[in-house]
Formats: sequence, structure tokens, C-alpha cells
Amino acid sequence: MGKSERPEHTAPPDIFYNEDEARKYTSNTRMIAIQEKLTQRALELLALPLDGTPRLLLDIGCGSGLSGEALTEAGHAWLGLDISEAMLDVAVEREVEGDVLLGDMGQGVPLRQGVFDGAISISAVQWLCNADRSSHEPRKRLKAFFESLYRCLARGARAVLQVYPENAMQAEMMVAAAMKVGFSGGLVVDYPHSTRAKKFFLVLMVGPSSYAPQAKGLDGADEPMSEDEDVDMGEGGQVRNEGRQRKRHGKPKGSSKSGAQLKSKSWVLKKKAQMRGKGYTAIPVDTKYTARKRKKGF
Amino acid sequence: MKLLTHNFLQCHIKGVKNGYPLNIEAVKIEERDADFDPDFLRSMFKRIDWKAFLVGAQALGCAEGLPEAVSEEQLQDDGFLQKFHHALLEVCLEEGSLICPETGRRFPVVKGIPNMLLNEDEV
Repeated sequence: MGKSERPEHTAPPDIFYNEDEARKYTSNTRMIAIQEKLTQRALELLALPLDGTPRLLLDIGCGSGLSGEALTEAGHAWLGLDISEAMLDVAVEREVEGDVLLGDMGQGVPLRQGVFDGAISISAVQWLCNADRSSHEPRKRLKAFFESLYRCLARGARAVLQVYPENAMQAEMMVAAAMKVGFSGGLVVDYPHSTRAKKFFLVLMVGPSSYAPQAKGLDGADEPMSEDEDVDMGEGGQVRNEGRQRKRHGKPKGSSKSGAQLKSKSWVLKKKAQMRGKGYTAIPVDTKYTARKRKKGF
Repeated sequence: MKLLTHNFLQCHIKGVKNGYPLNIEAVKIEERDADFDPDFLRSMFKRIDWKAFLVGAQALGCAEGLPEAVSEEQLQDDGFLQKFHHALLEVCLEEGSLICPETGRRFPVVKGIPNMLLNEDEV
């Protein structure tokens, strides 16, 4: 998913992921590598006990089974759900270990209570934020999804949903919908300072939990930094342990320009040093005035 | 679709209270080998609805030798575990239908994939 058209703006997922697209997607080595990497990270965040017992996981939006195969590699059993028949046909063709279901997560997952040790999703849940059909109501669908997900997870289980939110409002919408049904947890943002590497994981726990996963790349060390200042989407990297919340009034937290924490003096100095390190010559010299607090209305 | 999956599926049509377990109408069944892992089987046993499992096994023709109730000893017995393993993970419904016990609504199974998509008026 590059800077070009988001798939969610092109067509509903069951039409976008038709036979051609399903094949292209699954034979694209870059796509395979990305999915593998994201699944590994999701498994890391899921933090299942390392006792060698295979767990039973739910893979939401499993598609052609790229993520499912990584789950099998890690020694787990899984059940997949996807809305695209074409993608599922590819999964079956590739003889993935997990059973797969044709279904729409926005209609609720058709699974009974407390049966899964965990759930993952790679690049799928943001599709719920779009009204693909005139009868769709995103909030209703998000509710149906999160309610049914909460119900089918065992006590103490976690769900890690990697998403591509279009904007801060969508990210908020998903987090809020999850909290409302009783999940605790929040958004983990890896590489928050990099437009290219930035990744969003909704990490959810059934029941109260002291689990506090650490985001990657908070210091920007491993991934290359981007020139784009795409920093107004949520705070950098921290898990927001929100618990249950009242409905927010006014703008979502991330969208206002009160980003004083995001563009702190140390951040600015570091960013300038990085740019110089990259070879940009026009970076102004650091003085005592650099990133000094300005009066409001400056 | 394996019986492991069937044991967890329920009908999610709006308003349905008794949508579990789904009745199975089998048209085509296939057997596929699966790795035998006793720890996994014992872990799955804890969350399986045994009664629903037996009914499903009957529909797929693999109920022979499965007891009405399972004792602690049997969970350590290789003979039982092999039968349990086979019925739970190796017998696959390729073509057929899953039927909601309350509404009679049929969910088709094609190429081993249950189609659980609901119509607009069922949501």
C-alpha cells in the first residue's frame, strides 16, 4: 500500500480482492515479506506463553493465508475468516493448515464464547471504517465485530490487530469501538517518526491487565527517517491504557495542534542532526533560540 | 471444514438464541492427515462441547469408538487420543450444508469453506 489510491477507496474488499488481485497479491514477494514481518510482530505483541503448547488463534481477514502460514510456522493452530471468496480459494489451493470461513467481520464473527487463546489481524480491520455499501453503518459494524471478538476470546486472551488507519479519526474510531465493548489496551505505534515504516497495532486485552507492550523505533534508530512530518496522529509510540472511557466530546486527541510533546526541543534537535547526517546542507545552526517555546499566536 | 471448527461455529443471525450447534448435512467428505499432538488434543478437549462433537462425528461417519463421556484416564490413553485426533482433525467436510437448529437457515460448505455471509435482513 504505497502513496497511491487506498484499496478501501477503490471497491469493497470482496470485489477488490477478486481472482486476479488474489493471485497477484499472493505471488508478490514484497507482499509476502511484509505480511510475514507484520505477523511476526503481531505474534510478538500477542506475547503468548512460550511453553511449547500450540494455541488456537483466530486470524481475522486471513485472505490467502499468508499470515496464517506464519502462525503455523510458529506452531499454532488457527481458524481464518475472510470476506473474499477468491482469496480464500487461494488459501485452500495452497493447502494452509487452518480452516477458513467465508464471512463478513462487520456482521459479527460466528463463533461461540471463550474458545480462542488469541486473535490477530493483518491489514484488515480498517475496512470496517468505510461504508462500502449504502446500507453499511461503520459504527454498527465496528460494534458487531468487536463485541463478537470479545465474546469468542478466552479470559486473559489478547487480540492484536494491525491496521492502516486513513487518518486520526479512523484510528480513534477503532480504539473507541473496542474499548466500548470491554476490551482494555490501546494503540501501539511502531516507528512513529517514519511515514514509511510507521505501523499501527491495536493491542486489546480481555479483562483488566497490566500488560504494557513496547513500541519499536521510538528513537528512530533502526528504520530510515522520512522528511515528511507526519506526526499528528496520536502520540508517538506509547500504549494508551485507556480502559473503559466515556464518549469523547470535541476533537479526537491526536488531531489538534497542541503537539508540544511531539515536537519537543530534543526532538527538533535530533531531527536536525539526522538531516545533517544525511547530507542536507541548508539546516540552520542550532542556537539557544532553536525550538524555544513561542508565545501563542506566533 | 474440520470438526474442530464446527464445534466453535454458531449461527449469528440477529435474534437467534439457540444457534448452536449447527446441524451437518454432508455431501462430500475427505480425509487428510494431521500431526498428532497429545498436548494440543488435551488442550482442545477442555474447550470442546463433547456432545456437539459426537453429533458432528456421527454426521461425518467417524463416531465409531468415541465414548459418550470422557474420563481423565482416557485423556492419557493413546488409543482414545488417536480416535479423538482422527475425528477432530482429519475428517473434513468438503461439500454440504450447516443448518441453524433454530431457524433452519442453511450455510453452504463449498471446497471445505463454510459460507457464513448473512443477508441484509439477518444482520
